[in-house]
Amino acid sequence: MKYATGMNYIRTEALPHMWCPGCGNGITVKAIACALENLELDPRKVVMVSGIGCWGKADDYFTCNALHTTHGRALAYASGVKSANPELTVVVLMGDGDGTTIGGNHLLHAARRNMDLTAVLVNNYNYGMTGGQASATTPHDAFTSTSVLGNPERSVDICDLATVAGANYVARETVTQGTRLSKRIQEGISNKGFSIIEVASPCTTLFGPRNKMRQPVDMFRWLKEKGVSETKFKKIENAAEQGYFKVGKFVEHDDPDFNTSYETMRSRLNQKEGK
Amino acid sequence: MSTTKLIQGNAAIAQAAFYAGARFYAGYPITPSSEIAQICASEMPKIGGVYMQMEDELASMGAIIGASLSGAKAFTATSGPGFSLMQENLGMGTMGEVPLVVVNVQRSGPSTGLATRPAQSDVMQLRWGRHGDQSVVALIPATVAECFELTVKAFNIAERYRTQVVIAPDEVVGHMRESYSIPEPGELEVIDRAKPTGDPKTYKPFDFTPGAVAPLAAYGSDYIFHVTSSMHGEDGFSCNTPENAANRVAQLHTKLEDNLDDVIMVKEFDTDGCEMLIVAYGVVTRAARTAAVKAREKGLKVGVLQLQTVWPFPEKAIVKAAANASRIIVPEMNYAGQIAGEVCKVVGDPSMVRPVNSYNGTIMFPDAIEKALH
Repeated sequence: MKYATGMNYIRTEALPHMWCPGCGNGITVKAIACALENLELDPRKVVMVSGIGCWGKADDYFTCNALHTTHGRALAYASGVKSANPELTVVVLMGDGDGTTIGGNHLLHAARRNMDLTAVLVNNYNYGMTGGQASATTPHDAFTSTSVLGNPERSVDICDLATVAGANYVARETVTQGTRLSKRIQEGISNKGFSIIEVASPCTTLFGPRNKMRQPVDMFRWLKEKGVSETKFKKIENAAEQGYFKVGKFVEHDDPDFNTSYETMRSRLNQKEGK
Repeated sequence: MSTTKLIQGNAAIAQAAFYAGARFYAGYPITPSSEIAQICASEMPKIGGVYMQMEDELASMGAIIGASLSGAKAFTATSGPGFSLMQENLGMGTMGEVPLVVVNVQRSGPSTGLATRPAQSDVMQLRWGRHGDQSVVALIPATVAECFELTVKAFNIAERYRTQVVIAPDEVVGHMRESYSIPEPGELEVIDRAKPTGDPKTYKPFDFTPGAVAPLAAYGSDYIFHVTSSMHGEDGFSCNTPENAANRVAQLHTKLEDNLDDVIMVKEFDTDGCEMLIVAYGVVTRAARTAAVKAREKGLKVGVLQLQTVWPFPEKAIVKAAANASRIIVPEMNYAGQIAGEVCKVVGDPSMVRPVNSYNGTIMFPDAIEKALH
């Protein structure tokens, strides 16, 4: 078997990338590139739609088409891109601020509509680009630049949210497992309808040091230790309270996506006019 | 053969969009523009297009930008509160030079205001509603026929100059019904955006030469391209040098400034040698023309200049029509005289300009304008 490098899908002239040492974004770029390579997708038929934030800059590193949009709205733009040309493979790059905080509403509705998009949502538990403020995924009591005494808010579980909203494919992996992450992204792209892969990733500059993880390696250890399979998660007493979170594939449906349903509706119109 | 039909302003806008080739609509229902969404929902499937009902107006703007970059002629329709929500993503349309048409059926504000009543109080928002330096084209129809014709023109301008065009009828023009014969295909000019033809490897989606408009590829074609809301170079990738930023911002403006004769549309009624000029737009044009006819019957030399294009502002047309005028009356349905202020700037002598304003959610009647003529 050929080993995917993803290099045909990465703009090497844009390297080295802009992210901090130890950041998980580079691993995620490679995971996406390898998924595209394994699926043998034509870069001309792929569009990366990104939001704003550290991960929102990721579209710069791919050789396919790109649309770098406004904060939180990437899914809305992507819905237009896809609906106007359903042939396209549309991958949506969002952070936790983008996808669940300012843009949470679009996540709900893209999942509910079952838009044939693959969202790769990198969750680094805070706003990295603007100085490490709390986001909707910052854990309760965690320290950020806007929760210096501990976060008084609760966090949202992105995968649970996408699941109840009706996504066809839902998975979470950490950047400590790059190959597995790439496999999930590949599965998500292959699955028609709304797919979301949450990528648990370290913010080594801002979130880690404020939360007793001074070195990047501390954050990788944290992700590796706390990200456990669903089976293991269930066996651990008070797992969530102890900071454990589930990784793996949670949902895999084949409900018809928006564009397919739209064509079904259109065919009803033709039947009506034909009689 | 075209047949004359009694047709609503909003319906004429929707039909004109189809005529111009629009095949994608994304929107969120809002009074008094909802008829446009409803017509698109039922007609788009018949003509090979797509209607998407989005979760809000931010999403509507995002979706039409995405669709336009996939090669579709795309539009949305809204009113005051929704238009406010669209501003950020409309700015993205400007930055990416994405051809778009947005209908803002103006209603009375502020805020939710009088949701079913007309106003012309968004005129400055049309021009300056977004942050950052912006160029925009805004057209305001006064009749159902103009709803149709200006909508076709709006798509043409959007496609030719890769710009955003807002059509802003007020509620009355949007809802009034008049008889109109929808033109046959080919009767009105329909322009499609220029597509790249050269080597895909050297394609640049932007051209910052003053006045230039680069050809625009579609996602999925042989031309891979990058569009971003951030400052960028002609290749579409981030570029933060001061020189590039200046060239980029200037070209967003010069592409329209160099083509004002194509973009600016006015109608002149008895303006030759007129001693008093009424500058009007939208539904108020109708009252202005009635007032002018009555005044001329009394021997006053009154002309009416109707601004169909309000942005870019028709400076030359105003100077020309006002050449012999000692007084310029600017009736409009907003408190501050949003267009009157612009007319003052153009003529340079504010004492010549007499604003007439109404802002109570009803249309302006001819008598209010007549008073200003005496």
